Amino acid sequence: MIEVEDLTVARGGVTVFEGVSLTVDEDEFVALVGPNGAGKTTLLQAINGVLEPESGTVEIDGRRVIDCSARERGRLVATVPQDTHVGFDFSVEDIVAMGRTPYHTRFGRSDREADDRAVRRALDRTDTARFADRPVDEVSGGERQRVLLARALAQDTPALLLDEPTASLDVNHQVETLSLVSDLGASGKAALAAIHDLDLAARFCDRIVLLADGRVLANGPPAEVLDAPALGAAFDADAAVTTHPTTGTPSVTALGERRDRDLTVHVVGTGRTAARVIARLHDAGATVTAGPLPEGDLAAETARARDLETVTAPAFGSLGPAVRDRVSTLRDAATALVAADPPAADGIAAVLDARLPVVTVDGARPADSGSADRTAPNRPEQMIRVASPADVLEAVVTVAPERELPADD
Amino acid sequence: MHTGVRTVWWSVGLSVLLVAVVLASATIGPVAIDPVTVAKATLNAVAIPVGVSVSVESASAFGASVPVPVPDLSYYYPLSLSVPTTAEIIVRQVRLPRIALAAVVGFSLASAGAVMQGFFRNPMADPSIIGVSSGAAVGAVATIAFPLAIPFGLQTAAFVGALVAAFGVYAIASEGGRTPVATLLLAGVAVQTLLGAAVSYMLLQAGQSLREAVYWLMGQLSGSSWAEVEVTLPLALLAFGVLYAYARDLNVLLLGETDAHTLGIEVERTKRILLAVSSVITAAAVSVAGVIGFVGLIVPHVMRLLVGPDHRILLPTSALAGAAFLVAADTFARAGPAEVPVGIVTAALGAPFFLYLLRNREVHAL
Repeated sequence: MIEVEDLTVARGGVTVFEGVSLTVDEDEFVALVGPNGAGKTTLLQAINGVLEPESGTVEIDGRRVIDCSARERGRLVATVPQDTHVGFDFSVEDIVAMGRTPYHTRFGRSDREADDRAVRRALDRTDTARFADRPVDEVSGGERQRVLLARALAQDTPALLLDEPTASLDVNHQVETLSLVSDLGASGKAALAAIHDLDLAARFCDRIVLLADGRVLANGPPAEVLDAPALGAAFDADAAVTTHPTTGTPSVTALGERRDRDLTVHVVGTGRTAARVIARLHDAGATVTAGPLPEGDLAAETARARDLETVTAPAFGSLGPAVRDRVSTLRDAATALVAADPPAADGIAAVLDARLPVVTVDGARPADSGSADRTAPNRPEQMIRVASPADVLEAVVTVAPERELPADD
Repeated sequence: MHTGVRTVWWSVGLSVLLVAVVLASATIGPVAIDPVTVAKATLNAVAIPVGVSVSVESASAFGASVPVPVPDLSYYYPLSLSVPTTAEIIVRQVRLPRIALAAVVGFSLASAGAVMQGFFRNPMADPSIIGVSSGAAVGAVATIAFPLAIPFGLQTAAFVGALVAAFGVYAIASEGGRTPVATLLLAGVAVQTLLGAAVSYMLLQAGQSLREAVYWLMGQLSGSSWAEVEVTLPLALLAFGVLYAYARDLNVLLLGETDAHTLGIEVERTKRILLAVSSVITAAAVSVAGVIGFVGLIVPHVMRLLVGPDHRILLPTSALAGAAFLVAADTFARAGPAEVPVGIVTAALGAPFFLYLLRNREVHAL
């Protein structure tokens, strides 16, 4: 239905994307995702003919969009714009009726009955009929979004493009709008939507196209596209992809943008606390080394998943000399040491007794319990105790001030 | 259809208002003529064009004699009610041409104003926003100040000046087949400033004819003739017809050019046509009446408040209301002990009214 082939589009002399190919079949609802500035809107505008591509073709229903007259284009593809501001007090119905513009001839009589039918149907389907007589500027942002969707439906086109259709909607209306669009697929429309919310995209769309760095990075079923490395590369951030507990569709949690810091931290610890400390510091862009961590422990798994330099040791055993040596090497390269529920192993005191600022994270105990302090380095000014892994970065930066790296972009 | 019915009712109502204003205006003047006689004389003046004959006359331009085809209309006057000759002459030859011209000019300026405000999506847009009036002023003042240097009549010079200025602004603002509205607006402001400087300089050099030039610049309808009505009326009606045919497209353009594009409007072509036709209709009005401000700004605003933003109803009602407004304003202009240029009256009435609307937050956006 929508066939984009090897499309290259430039704006103001700068290439936005190059060699983009994708298809959207009828009955299909495809999400276009990607970071801000990836060219999602530009791609939509190249498909609906607002922008002329440098090279490549766009065909809708077997017809090249660029060769169509504006009126023919208006009957092939409808677009729901991102900016829903109208600024004139047209009634909701007037706005929806403007969707019939491509069917009007300037002097001849138009098929008024078909117009009325299409407008009525569009109002009903989008649940906007109840405020059809109200000025469009007096309805809420969410309602206005649905009005513009109704306008696009009144155009009665085989292809439908949506530019961030849920950006101004509350959660409820986001779900409603997207299920409506996904139902439209069932009535034979090919729908392509730029969507910010990856969870929603995964939940409602048949396919996801990931656009970043000026090309299509991935294109396929949500579960396939939404895997962490691809997303991480596209969004320049760490993402965790899990299965949503209630909808069963892939769910994405962005873990924040990674920024390289001139901060090397060595973590000694066990369990959830250490795992979260490692994740927190690593997400924040610090170079993290760890050890000793008990084999099979959550902390060890986390460090391994992140490909960190790690020393593991059998749980409950004593640390052999080889392990201690490797730990010392890593520790001495660090600018700070974090003890997060350290393992109860022989020799651990030696590891912790270092000429380094130390942050102690006591996940198990409240910070002010004042109980026996196993770390006990005799440099209180360089020792901070925090209760939660969430605070560890701040504490580390306090005891071991980092030098800002010169920005390299 | 809903809009169609409303359009008809509003148009009928405003036409009745226009006729009433015309009759009232024809009654007012230094010679007292009773309303019944005025009405009869006015009815006698109703003419139906029945035939056209073209005669070739030679006009001189740039010192050369050029044959120009001149259409001559023959009219059929369906009514000949008995009216005293003096009254008939005063009404038909003195008052009515001026009233008719005022109506045509008001009609033209208000419809062009409605189109320009929609086109620019800007409440401060008026018909001369792309330099039409300034161009006309240069042509007219040049003719008045240096009558020997300009081989055309004043109105031709004004008309040509207006179109040259409008086209210049358009050409400056266009690039690669696109004419961004914001660029057009700014280019219009810059060109208006430049032409304003030219006019000021010519006024300094005008000497004896300064007063005449200033009068023209203030906008005046005295000394109007049926000949001017014969030229401007068909032009105004024709241009209005074209603009009205684009009323729906204008509505869609209000949504923004990108949206209009996706709704099947040839955006750039539509913009060109709307600009060209509005410029022609404004140029025609300005060249016979001088620079009459505020009609094209205020009247569409008021009508938008009354009938809403839909150009299918806004355009005809603005045009009719503009006609009635300018006839009324011109009556004020000539009714006093000393005649004042009508541009002063429209500005004096229009500006306070506009400020009133602003204060009441009626005019916050289009």
